Amino acid sequence: MFGLGILSGLLIVPLCGAAFILTLNGDEASVKRNARWAALATTIITFLLSLVAWGRYDAASPSFQLVENHAWLAENIRFKLGLDGFSMPLMLLTTFLMPFCIGASWHSIEHRVKEYFVAFLVLETTMIGVFCALDLVLFYLFFEAGLIPMFLIIGIWGGKRRIYASFKFFLYTLLGSVLMLLAIMAMYWHAGTTDIPTLLQTRFPAQMQTWLWLAFFASFAVKMPMWPVHTWLPDAHVEAPTAGSVILAGILLKMGGYGFIRISLPMLPIASQEFAPLVFALSVIAIIFTSLTAMMQTDIKKLIAYSSVAHMGFVTLGLFTLNEQGIQGALFLMISHGIVSGALFLGVGVVYDRMHTREIAAYGGLVKRMPLYAVAMMVFTMANVGLPGTSGFVGEFLAMMGAFKANPTVAFFSVFGIILSAGYALWLYARVIYGKLEKPNLQGILDLDNREKLILAPLVFLTIYYGVHPAPILDTFAPSTEALMTGIRSALSTTQTAANALPLAR
Amino acid sequence: MPTVHSVLPTLAPLLPEIILSAGVMVLILYGAFRGEKSVEGVNVGALLLLLLAFFVVVSQAPGVKVTTLSGSFIQDGFSKVMKALVLLGSAATILLSRDYFQRAGIDRFEFPILVVLSTIGMMVMVSANDLIALYLGLELQSLALYVIASFHRDDLRSTEAGLKYFVLGALSSGMLLYGSSLIYGFTGTVSFPGIVSALNESNAGFGIVLGIVFVAAAVAFKMSAVPFHMWTPDVYEGAPTPVTAFFASAPKMAAVAMTVRIFIGALPDVTAIWQQIVVFISIASMALGSFAAIGQRSIKRLMAYSSIGNIGYALIGLAAGTEQGIFGVVIYMIIYLAMTLGAFAIILSLRRRNEMFDTIEDLSGLSRTHPWLAFLLAMIMFSLAGIPPLAGFFGKFYVFAAAIEAKLFTLAVIGVVTSVVGAYYYLRIVKIMYFDEPKAPYEAMAPGLRIVLALSSVVVILFFVLPAPLRGAAEAAARSLF
Repeated sequence: MFGLGILSGLLIVPLCGAAFILTLNGDEASVKRNARWAALATTIITFLLSLVAWGRYDAASPSFQLVENHAWLAENIRFKLGLDGFSMPLMLLTTFLMPFCIGASWHSIEHRVKEYFVAFLVLETTMIGVFCALDLVLFYLFFEAGLIPMFLIIGIWGGKRRIYASFKFFLYTLLGSVLMLLAIMAMYWHAGTTDIPTLLQTRFPAQMQTWLWLAFFASFAVKMPMWPVHTWLPDAHVEAPTAGSVILAGILLKMGGYGFIRISLPMLPIASQEFAPLVFALSVIAIIFTSLTAMMQTDIKKLIAYSSVAHMGFVTLGLFTLNEQGIQGALFLMISHGIVSGALFLGVGVVYDRMHTREIAAYGGLVKRMPLYAVAMMVFTMANVGLPGTSGFVGEFLAMMGAFKANPTVAFFSVFGIILSAGYALWLYARVIYGKLEKPNLQGILDLDNREKLILAPLVFLTIYYGVHPAPILDTFAPSTEALMTGIRSALSTTQTAANALPLAR
Repeated sequence: MPTVHSVLPTLAPLLPEIILSAGVMVLILYGAFRGEKSVEGVNVGALLLLLLAFFVVVSQAPGVKVTTLSGSFIQDGFSKVMKALVLLGSAATILLSRDYFQRAGIDRFEFPILVVLSTIGMMVMVSANDLIALYLGLELQSLALYVIASFHRDDLRSTEAGLKYFVLGALSSGMLLYGSSLIYGFTGTVSFPGIVSALNESNAGFGIVLGIVFVAAAVAFKMSAVPFHMWTPDVYEGAPTPVTAFFASAPKMAAVAMTVRIFIGALPDVTAIWQQIVVFISIASMALGSFAAIGQRSIKRLMAYSSIGNIGYALIGLAAGTEQGIFGVVIYMIIYLAMTLGAFAIILSLRRRNEMFDTIEDLSGLSRTHPWLAFLLAMIMFSLAGIPPLAGFFGKFYVFAAAIEAKLFTLAVIGVVTSVVGAYYYLRIVKIMYFDEPKAPYEAMAPGLRIVLALSSVVVILFFVLPAPLRGAAEAAARSLF
């Protein structure tokens, strides 16, 4: 339609939904109701549309598919969209999680409902755009544009310290990203284009790679977030409304990992290898240090936020092993963490909506009154720990395996992360769900209602399904991973040969 | 025997200036004869004149490059775009001013006339091809600006603003003259092409350096770049708000155009001498613009510091000194014009029962009382902060791209870091509008304000959908200088 393909459609549908919600008028109650339903309908349509895209996608091929290419900023800075094995699952994860976010906000958002859903739908467009963009400037545009709705979501509908959290989130991420912008420009002047497929074939000089890598790293490490620039995340998570946390943990954190796999590793392989020890060190510190920090938290959301940082440590660890197992594991972990951490935040939202507190100490013995809730949370907690049979296991195991191949010492230390994660996650579960139901205000708490069942059931299913049958996701990643590995190997071997040849030439 | 042809210069390139000059004479007579009753007519007449001149300017064929008046006046792609911007800025000022002046009780016919007169001066500045013409244009512009800065003559702050601007402006004009005389003395010519052929890296002596420094100081003053920015916050705050909007729009365009003309048109071969000056001015402006704005309470002062910072970003493109750089400058100014006018249209609509509000706290909770106004101002603020996909991002994108191309990495890195600092105070405005508790609603916007706000919002929000037309114009402008 209008020369636009299905991916443009994915970008436009949420915006249309947002525009529709903006035009809603009438008495407050009906505006609220209509806004909710319109937002839900929009996200479901978007999800269905993304399934259509998935249907047209050939998972066996490593090339970019469903490509669209329109004139834009300059001759070689074009509005180019497309998907490959790396971006397709992440794009599906985005469209999949959105209806849950809308559902989770159904009753918990009561003021400025219209604006809330508009912000969410705009956010969806920017997230889909990040994964679909095949031009670095376009990628940057979506990468940054997402800050605007997220800033408003945290700032308007957040908790007590929401203003501090929203500013910290915005400025931290922006500071990281502007350096990436300069790196993109440097790439543009070197290669004459910002077209991602072309840049994937471009060999940048080693010296230049170092600087470019650092600039991209500044952005992705903040977004990821890696220790020590992770401090915005706990604040943002704690203050954001439930759905905001789901999106933050589920999608926004994956953008950093996606950036590494899309840009840093394939375009800058020499620098990636050079800096791998740095990334390993930061990842291991993140895994151990933030796991320990998580243990000491008294706020449920903060605990899960720190556990996210630890899991993202496994992702960066896996990515920079530069071998197939590590990368596949990291990618799988990204998807799995997207589902599991999203589900955990939704689970926290369930009790928060009832009790309006996130203090761990305020709960206890919920299993007596909320058996279904206890089961769902059990599955998510186990997946968070990485128990075999849940999706959390597959990714961590593969990432670890890759790490053993690349650097056994690093792998040795990162194993502690798994033990620690069992510690904080089980302890949290025990304190909230088990124990005596002593608190008087918990006596009347109700189990999941139908809406909540509808939200949590598919997530429980997927968590277990991908735990026992990870092949669909891994197979989608595989061709692209293989192509990436081939590219990295050939790039590294040529430099190796060049380095070996140099003394002879002298 | 000179032929008739050579005696009478070609006047076609001067058509927009002639239209405005002739028209403004008629308006003066009309105003003088009809007195206070003529205000409506003079306003409409001035607006029509400016729009007519605008259409004459934009209908100029692409790729034209003619000089006239013995080579002291040039019409090219660059002058076309910059004049169009100047004319739009002036026309918008007239739209923005009427309602304000009526309510302030200073609704006089002189204002539109002075705006048109200074616009003529600006257009001469934009098209100047020698130092004399440049100075003539500058003075015509400045004299009119001195008067309108103190247009609210019974208001202490307005008269103070006018006086301050006059004293400092006269000083800077003096510096420009002194610098010009040095350049003339060491090259033997005032014409830009003449200077180009007379100067090169090897023969540029100390005298030339001195001349360039004086000229740079003068243009920095006119652009309100650090370290010659001191007048800006006071004049912005003191002058009546529509006048501030004018100062922030059209004269800025002309000042930047004049700077580009001098450095790229007359001194392209001695880049080494002026590049470091421009880099310094640029860094200092960006840093001061972003840090000093943090503590401001008045929106007008905030906009003043914001304009200082924005000039710093625009100058990044000039510092690069390349065609890409000038392209960046031009597109930056186009987008900056839209953002500034939009912001001032909103500032001017903060009114309740004839009382104007201009502190940041007055925006508190605007998203509840005036959701659309708040949304558009938020978009303008995000755009000024350089967040994509809004237009301001692309302005910054092109100038930074030029800096990277020219290998000015330090400048680019400092630039992006200050833009993050700047983002803080733009965000603060969004925060106040969206996160804070609302105040009593304001009166409905005047129609003139609505038009200006609508047009500039379209540019700010939708630039990324269809960047080609503005990009093409800016490209043509940059190409004509090289």
